[in-house]
Amino acid sequence: MDVAKLQQQHLELTQALFKEGFLDEQFTQLQQLEDPSNPEFVAEVSTLFFDDSQRILAELTKSLDGDPVDFKKIDAYVHQFKGSSSSIGAHRVKVGCTVLRTCCEEENREGCWQALQQVKQEFFLVKNRLELLLQLEQQILAEGGTIPFME
Amino acid sequence: MARTNISREIDAKKQLPSRAPVTPDIHVLAVDDSNIDRKVIERLLKTSSYKVTSVDSALRALEILGIEEGRSPSTANSFQVNMIITDYSMPDLTGYDLLKRIKENAGLKDIPVVIMSSENVPTRIKRCLEDGAKDFIIKPVQLEDVKRLSQHFSSTIKKSSGVVCSKRKQEIEDAQSRKIASRCPHVHELRVIA
Repeated sequence: MDVAKLQQQHLELTQALFKEGFLDEQFTQLQQLEDPSNPEFVAEVSTLFFDDSQRILAELTKSLDGDPVDFKKIDAYVHQFKGSSSSIGAHRVKVGCTVLRTCCEEENREGCWQALQQVKQEFFLVKNRLELLLQLEQQILAEGGTIPFME
Repeated sequence: MARTNISREIDAKKQLPSRAPVTPDIHVLAVDDSNIDRKVIERLLKTSSYKVTSVDSALRALEILGIEEGRSPSTANSFQVNMIITDYSMPDLTGYDLLKRIKENAGLKDIPVVIMSSENVPTRIKRCLEDGAKDFIIKPVQLEDVKRLSQHFSSTIKKSSGVVCSKRKQEIEDAQSRKIASRCPHVHELRVIA
């Protein structure tokens, strides 16, 4: 595919991700830490985030299924997840974690289930979009193009 | 998936973080149980030209510092750590516990310790600063937070804990205000009630 077309797609996707609140300025901070000596930094952090998040989501699902429910354990996992989503700039996931944490504090099992579904949804939405963005970057670079930082 | 021939267009109008080396010989020990946060703090520190060792627990940090149980004081700091930056909330030993252990050790008490936390709890910040932490960073950690660290190696910092505490608290509040304002343009003022 034409490099210019790829770059246009990349730009539009990036703008949409920020506009729709999937990513916040922390992601921009991470992009700024990339340079020719560390070209894979954002991709590496993203991969760590994806793997870690899926592990935590599995643990959360298991814990909410427990009898009785260990809300303290759930709170600890949500705290972790909120932290990592904040560190990568996954804004909507972070917000979802805040809601989940509140339900946890109230020991509201049903509320927790709903909040967890929401967090899962937000996570997979941002994961898919971020993977697409990183793939576009790879393609652009493979075609000898460059990736402009977002305004 | 290695990238080759990388060059990135940099928007000249965008203010880039300074990559000027601070002091290449400064060795920072970073302590955080989150692998994502460890990766980010490592990169932030290396970008500022610090040498970095990162560990995932306070216990590992104590091993590196040579003050685990049973070791003689003469082995303290054989890795020549010049600064410790640690997460507050960690399982087993917290960042605060680590701070206390370091300050109780004659060979290590002068090493500056900086604490990071995702939670903005004024009483927690106050306690850490009063008990010897040089600074407190609210997560997510950004380049401007790491830039602030260089002052802890300056010889002009006043030794009086009272002056340092209130100055540091103001800097922490200002940094937090800037972070929040940049994300929420409608928030004009943030007050951290100490």
